[in-house]
Amino acid sequence: MGDGALSVWEKSSTARVVPSARPRKLAKVPFVELADGRLQGVVSSGSDIGRVYVSSVEAGTYAFACSTNNNRPCGGAHGWSCNHIRALIGEAVLQYGADRVARYLKVEVAGEADAGTLTDAMTSTRPAQGDSSAAAQVFSRFLRHLAYLELAPTTAPLPEMHWFPTTRAVA
Amino acid sequence: MRTDLLTDTVDGLDEALAAVDAFDETLVGGLLRPQPAQAGGLAGLADAVAGSPLAGRVAEAAEKTAAGSAGEEHFVALAAARTALLGSVHDALLVRVEEAVGRPCAAEGAAPAGDGEHAVNLHAAARTWLCDLARAGWQGIDHELVGGAAPVVSAMLPDPALRRLATLLDGFAAELAASCPGATLERVPVRRWADLWTRAVLLTLPGAVTTSPTEEVTGRLLPLGVDVQEHATAVQAQVHAVFEPADGGTPRLVRASVSAPKPDTVVGAGLWQLLRPHMSLLAAVGEGRAVELDAMPVTADGDLVWDDTRARTGEPAEVFTTARVALPTASAAATAPLDRHPARIAVPVLLEGYTVEEDEDGTAFRVAGQRLAVDTDRAPAAGPLTAEVVASSVACLALLRWDAGEFLLQPLAVERTVRKKPVAVHAGAWAGGTTDKAGVRAEKAATEAVKVLRERAGRLLRK
Repeated sequence: MGDGALSVWEKSSTARVVPSARPRKLAKVPFVELADGRLQGVVSSGSDIGRVYVSSVEAGTYAFACSTNNNRPCGGAHGWSCNHIRALIGEAVLQYGADRVARYLKVEVAGEADAGTLTDAMTSTRPAQGDSSAAAQVFSRFLRHLAYLELAPTTAPLPEMHWFPTTRAVA
Repeated sequence: MRTDLLTDTVDGLDEALAAVDAFDETLVGGLLRPQPAQAGGLAGLADAVAGSPLAGRVAEAAEKTAAGSAGEEHFVALAAARTALLGSVHDALLVRVEEAVGRPCAAEGAAPAGDGEHAVNLHAAARTWLCDLARAGWQGIDHELVGGAAPVVSAMLPDPALRRLATLLDGFAAELAASCPGATLERVPVRRWADLWTRAVLLTLPGAVTTSPTEEVTGRLLPLGVDVQEHATAVQAQVHAVFEPADGGTPRLVRASVSAPKPDTVVGAGLWQLLRPHMSLLAAVGEGRAVELDAMPVTADGDLVWDDTRARTGEPAEVFTTARVALPTASAAATAPLDRHPARIAVPVLLEGYTVEEDEDGTAFRVAGQRLAVDTDRAPAAGPLTAEVVASSVACLALLRWDAGEFLLQPLAVERTVRKKPVAVHAGAWAGGTTDKAGVRAEKAATEAVKVLRERAGRLLRK
């Protein structure tokens, strides 16, 4: 930038900045996002359908946290990566593609990145357990996300959506 | 179609866009403490509208902003100037399109002013956020600043009257959030973010949204195809069609839209499932049928405001027949004043007798010696219109668009020759459902995803 001429991408009104999510099964991990400097999300409990775990991994440090939505610590998180965090990483890779997850979390992987190599690369740095103070916020973001299903569709035109063309290309 | 007109230069276009680019560049660094180079961009914008009624206010705004003392009214004036400039670009391009297509534009209808006194506080909150964004610049964005949009969006979304601004802010903020922190951005979508910012600023002003219908129409609707638009948390399907009035008047080019907010995990066939129950037209499009309209509301700029109780699915209507017979006789409505922007240009055109060129720049059609780029990605993923199908086509019904300095085609449907017979493939073929094997699989997966989300919502949301 600053050298005058803008590239075609920079001069495009409809440039695709965020690729759309890839379809995945939601039963185990209904919510995943790359936000607030973390990979974070909600994992359904395998034993109690009323319970969910809020799990997260911080970008750069890989500090991890996992607790229930009532802020009880996850029983499996004595070391890095309980099953919930493993599931979270796996589903994030499905939704966003391994490269985008690796980029966001700042993980360097030799060769092809996938859920396994990403998890191994992070585990090998022996990350610390993070605090679970963000759990309430992540959970409320999940609820906000669910609330989108309850908003009424409309047949009044939204001309602004011309700036957001669909695409067959995926992440 | 006279494609030579589409590749020819348009007088004044480069100058107008240069002023836009220079202003857009000022938003990259932000306007909190403007540098001398940014002052140039601001002054250039003011100069570009010096002959217009905006002149005085924009000159003042440019001066105050360059001095680092801009208030909200100054940012609004700058947004208005940028909108006016791109409005002139839109008009010049559309004149070109009309000459090339040989289809006159209808006389400008008087658009009614919008309701001025709705949700004043929410609009003010949105404007404050947008001004903070302009001060920080794209390189100055962080999670905290971008997160400021969330409460405004959440408060706006449930009110259908605020849906336009809410949907725009939601999509814009999500992109900014994915690009945080701005300081480490390798490249910035300079024009795009300036577009979204400008548009959002204007939509916060009283009376900016003018989509109230001006009349009701009765007659036959012949669909041409579906344009799908989506960001992570919203989707819109817009059907382009030719409307033939029952009273025998001139056929008109119209659009019918249905949109919905959505969770980001609802994608592909899930988009059709979300929209299908709210506009019977989608099923008619999928089946290739006309629709009889009875007193359907329509806006001055040609948008039907769909109401299923005023529509009845009619006889089969083959899209390419419509494109060959009805489309050339149809007149387009004038664009609403605020919608005059090159990105909003979407003119249905029929192309035949082209050769397909494929190289590292993607797909293009060579028509009468001229090269027209084809955006084969811009078709719904849950549909059969792939790049390969487009590449093997002999006729193409497309939306003519303009972006980043050139016209391009967005295919809505193509005809291929299979065993010496024409076979049509439509981008929106699966809008109403499908028996295609891959389509059925996608539908099933999408149903499953929404079921899980609804179950989770039912269990967790109201506690």
